[in-house]
Amino acid sequence: MGAFNRIESPRRIEDAIYDEIIPAGDGWMRELLPGQVLRIVDLDGNQAADTLFYDAENPEDHYSAVATIAGQGNIYLTAGTTLRSESGKELLKIVADTCGRHDTLGGACSAQSNTVRYSHDTLSMHNCRDTFMLQIAKHDGTYTKRDLAPNINFFMNVPVTPDGGLEFADGVSAPGCYVELQSLCRTMVLISNCPQLNNPCNAYNPTPIRLLIWEE
Amino acid sequence: MMNSIWSKTIYPGGKWSGTIGRGKLLRFTALNNGANISMLMYNARDLSERYNMPDTLKAQHTSHLTKGNVLMSDNGRVLASIVDDSLGWHDTICGYTTRATTDAKYGATNYQERRNEWLRSGQENFAMELVRNGLSMRDMVPVVNLFSKVFCDDDGNMRFCTEHCHEGATVTLRTEMDILFILSNTPNPLDPRTSYPSVPVKMEVLLAAPVDSKDYCVNYRPENRRAFENTWEYYTLLGN
Repeated sequence: MGAFNRIESPRRIEDAIYDEIIPAGDGWMRELLPGQVLRIVDLDGNQAADTLFYDAENPEDHYSAVATIAGQGNIYLTAGTTLRSESGKELLKIVADTCGRHDTLGGACSAQSNTVRYSHDTLSMHNCRDTFMLQIAKHDGTYTKRDLAPNINFFMNVPVTPDGGLEFADGVSAPGCYVELQSLCRTMVLISNCPQLNNPCNAYNPTPIRLLIWEE
Repeated sequence: MMNSIWSKTIYPGGKWSGTIGRGKLLRFTALNNGANISMLMYNARDLSERYNMPDTLKAQHTSHLTKGNVLMSDNGRVLASIVDDSLGWHDTICGYTTRATTDAKYGATNYQERRNEWLRSGQENFAMELVRNGLSMRDMVPVVNLFSKVFCDDDGNMRFCTEHCHEGATVTLRTEMDILFILSNTPNPLDPRTSYPSVPVKMEVLLAAPVDSKDYCVNYRPENRRAFENTWEYYTLLGN
């Protein structure tokens, strides 16, 4: 496994203009203004935070996993990564990261993908795709299922092997690890704090995350 | 050797969209070395259901596609299976070229000066075909890049293999649902060659034999079987 590049933030909690805990299984949807910084904290370690972004001025232009990774020639997201939309627009930049590596190939869990990956009995289990859809339903009608493009999984480690394999490795995140993103434009953020119990992405114990926002 | 019921060649920079019913084979042939054709698939009955790269890769524990793999929708169904493959690796993590990256890499071109020889981008091709079919860029998602190989080293760096696709390479899909295909014969974004590298790709459609319980793709992984079961259930409920 390659070296992890961990960069701390200079920001102080007491300066934050927003500070909320999101329990496992819940979602969050909020617009960031240009310059605002969002920190997602993995409070108890090894919790996946499934996250999507949209250009709030053109909501059809969603976060693109492939534009982001092809743009940097590397599949792992970390400090220094620019998060791009489908049109290529730069939406946010990762400015701090004490976990060191985040995934964008693993996607969000859904009831349907759970039945494929595990068993048909898992159809009724709570999942990120449902959380995304509930957040969209509670929003102002701008977003639909068609806007649910492949997302980022903060704090998740999904190594890809040179011979074309894909693994779900033990988590690399620890209690208190965080990732910090600076918004480069008006960005809509949609988060599902993953409830998945069928694989180790949450260490079989989904836990809360903490969200903080700074004005810059 | 079965006869094809339809055939078309997509020339460099070209695009095509159309609906192909389930139970058909769609065979692609690279007519020169170094082909790349970007592909999207939508359930023709419900265009909000579409090919989903992460669901496809994680269910099959793979980061590349070859014979045996199935191309899954975001509703846990099989849109198409890869029933034959002479190359052994097709890409689905690199995305497609944009107007900006095409101009930057190959030099700016336009219709006024080059007429139909202007260098087209995947982004524009997909935008046009999406709108043609009642969709928009809202519906743009990661594509399959047939004929390309990009592997990742231990640090996650993505490496394009320029010697991967040889002339005559073929890959054959079998449709398991009625599918709207959108295709763009534009380069892989990570192809380092600096003169526009697209080559012609031939498409042929043939009738597929019915899928039985011994089918290679159904049995490739238990996950694939469950995705087929989700698909068969869909058609049982529809009544055909």
